[in-house]
Order: sequence, then C-alpha cells, then structure tokens
Amino acid sequence: MEKRGKLIIVEGIDGSGKSTQLHLLEKWLAFKGVNVFKSEWNSSEMVKEITSKGKKKGLLTPTTFSLLHATDFADRYERNISPLLRAGYFVLADRFVYTAFARDIVRGCNPAWVKKVYDFAVKPDVAFYFKVPVDIAVDRILIGRPKLKYYEAGMDMNLSNDPYESYRIFQGRIIEQYDSLAESEGFTIIDGTLNIEEQQNIVRKKIMPLLENLKPTRIRTRR
Amino acid sequence: MTRDKYKNLGTRTVEFYGHGIKNLQDTEVKGRLIVIEGPDASGRSTQIQSITTRLEADGHAVLNTGLKRSELVGKGILEAKENFSLGKKTLALYYAADFADQFEYKIIPALQAGYIVLADRYIYTLIARNLARGLDKTWCHNLYGFAIKPDIVFYLDVEPTVLIHRVFQKNSTLDYYESGADMGLSNDMYESFLIYQKRVSQEFYLMQKRYGLIPINGNRSMLEIHNDLQKRIDSFLRRVGHK
Repeated sequence: MEKRGKLIIVEGIDGSGKSTQLHLLEKWLAFKGVNVFKSEWNSSEMVKEITSKGKKKGLLTPTTFSLLHATDFADRYERNISPLLRAGYFVLADRFVYTAFARDIVRGCNPAWVKKVYDFAVKPDVAFYFKVPVDIAVDRILIGRPKLKYYEAGMDMNLSNDPYESYRIFQGRIIEQYDSLAESEGFTIIDGTLNIEEQQNIVRKKIMPLLENLKPTRIRTRR
Repeated sequence: MTRDKYKNLGTRTVEFYGHGIKNLQDTEVKGRLIVIEGPDASGRSTQIQSITTRLEADGHAVLNTGLKRSELVGKGILEAKENFSLGKKTLALYYAADFADQFEYKIIPALQAGYIVLADRYIYTLIARNLARGLDKTWCHNLYGFAIKPDIVFYLDVEPTVLIHRVFQKNSTLDYYESGADMGLSNDMYESFLIYQKRVSQEFYLMQKRYGLIPINGNRSMLEIHNDLQKRIDSFLRRVGHK
C-alpha cells in the first residue's frame, strides 16, 4: 500500500487517559487544517451488533473473542483506515492491533497466531503508550463503582469471583503485555500520571515533525 | 488415565494444524471427524444426508456441521453479505469466527462424546475462497491453525461447466459470491462464475497434498458418488476399528 497520510495510535489500559489525549490531538490537528480521521476500537457498526450479542450471552471463547475483534478491526481497516491513509489523512486510532495482542495473549491465544492474524495492518508512524500504574488507572475507572461488563472485567478467565478484583488482575496482566511490546514495537511512552496539559505537550512535540512537509490540500478545479 | 488410553484403542489426542487452542491441547477424543468439501450445488448436502442416514442405521451417533451455522455469527454473516459492503479480509475473519464457534462448541464436544462428526465443509473451502480472492497464503493458513486435523477429507471435484448446470437446476440464478462477482472478474456473471470456480478448484488442487484431501469425481450421478463415498467411509471406519 502506498501511504501518503500518517497513522498515529494510542494504547494503554482503561483509565490511562489515552482517549483524552487523542481527543486533544485531534482538535489541534483539525485547528491546523490537517485532514484528520479518528477510529475507535470495536466500533464497526456491522460487527458490533454480533459482538455484543455474543458478549451478552457469555458465549465467547478466547478464539472467537479474538476473531470477532479482528473482524471489527479489519472492517474499519479496509473501509476507513487504509483508504484514508492513501488519501493523505492523519488517521488517529484509539487502540490499535496492540490492544488485541495484549488482551488475546492474556486470554491464552497463541501470540504468534494473533500477530499473524493482524499482520495486514501497517505499522503506525507514532504509537503512544500511556503508562499508568495499575492501581491509579483502576481507581480512576472504579471510583464510581460502575457495573463492569463480564468480558471487560475478565470474568471469563476465572481470575476471581469478584468482578472488581478480577478487573484489577486482568488490567495488571495487560500492562505486562504492553510493557513487553513497548520496546519491540517502538512505543513512545508517556507518563500517564502527569497533568493533562503536560502530556499533551509531549504528544504534540512528537507529532510536530510529521507536519513539516505537509501542504494544505487544495482542491484543483478544471477551468 | 494413561492406562485407559491403551485399553480404549479408539481414544486419541487431537492434532492441530497450527498452534491450536491452549485449553484444548491435550483433548482426547473418541469420535471421528469426516469432512466433505466441494462447491455449492456439487451435491454435498444430499450426500451428507444419505451418509448420515446410513451411519445412523449402522448405530453410530452422527453430528452434522456446516458453514454459517454458528449460534454466534451465522445469521450475522448472511445479513452482512446482503449488504455487499464487507471487505475480503473482514469477511474472511467473520467466517473464521463462525467456524471457531462451531468448532469449540459443537465439533470438539461431539468428538469427545464419541460421535461421528460429518462436516458439510470445513476450513478448506474457506481457505480456498480467501486464496482465490488474493489474500496472503501464509495468512490464510495461519488463520485456521486452531483447527484440528480431520480423520478423513473428501473433495467433490466438479467441472465448472458441469457445476453451472447443477446450479441452474437448483436455483436458476447464480449466487453473487459463488460467482466471484465481488472480484470484478468479468461483467458477465456466467463468465465470472466459470473463472471463479476454476480458481477455487485450482486452490483445492494445490491444497490436496498439504491437507491430504481425497478427490472424488463429482461429475457422476448422485447415486454413483454416494456409493463411492459410502464405500470409502465404511472401509475407513473398518480400518480404524470404529465401532
């Protein structure tokens, strides 16, 4: 695929603040007149309905869980991410293939298998990893005692009978996976305990060089 | 436990094509997995029906499985295909999810319980379709690395020109995907069907060795094909001493 646009992705566990940072980055890029498109994990309309049905019934195995999320990703990739990158867009992805690697591997899928399933995806130009100690992130999420969903809490893995405890253990294991991916995948690690503004500054500084050769897209008209 | 293995000769540990599934690694099965592959309108379903009847008459417990039949996504795929909007990788993964669901919830438990699982297509059709659509070969094979190796796989090999007549006898129209119409092979559906089926059959031919598929001449009459298949299945069951 010849790619003219840029792919920027954020990773991190729930409550790491990655979505907030991506949102601010999106606003900044749009303000600068850059063509931006944002894509969120598990958001393909076509696939979501089925995934959520399966989740409600608690029917998913690690393999089907993995494959349904891969289907969702492929749909967004084939219809949005890939064509928009070719068209020169800045594509911002809230979670990318690394989320699948981390979650699926924690659930017991074979790492080599999962990585191969997703190997059609291009490597991001920048991959931010918002690193937060598990307790801080989990506290941010659990502060309102929200009702955790079955798979969200990792209840399918029999980590604990208590959803909150299960969630904590699950998130801890995901962090281990992220940490082991960080080096091999060249993540830009951001300290997610810093102030929102501080973090955003670091993010923007990292993105700045990508904007240098960017010419405003002008629609050419025939006279 | 290990002693029982020798006492009960029919019990085997499953063998995967690739990495397999972690919690199924040491699964022991008593049943047999028999697969019949072949294009649409090749007479597969008719054959499966009559073989099932025969096997049941002989006292075997039989489970039939097929594609697009999972609780989880079977219906979803049908709906999605009506929209013609899914990309080829998306569709490939969708089918894999459907297969995986049936594989884990139907095929494996039935084999553990000693059933003969008669599969109306397995991973090979799915792989062949994906390859015919130009998806990466290693990717396609890796995708189904979680599947176990069947005991025996038959492939109904039908000439595309013969096949098209069977399709018309059955439906009087050509199916969009089965004609490869999503691939832009030709503006003419008839032409497109022939090109596409030829490609799929080539992919099957290439897979024959790798997966040990047994080609069955599908250009013959239903009865002839049935007798051939039944004979082979009977002798297979005798050979392995499946009672």
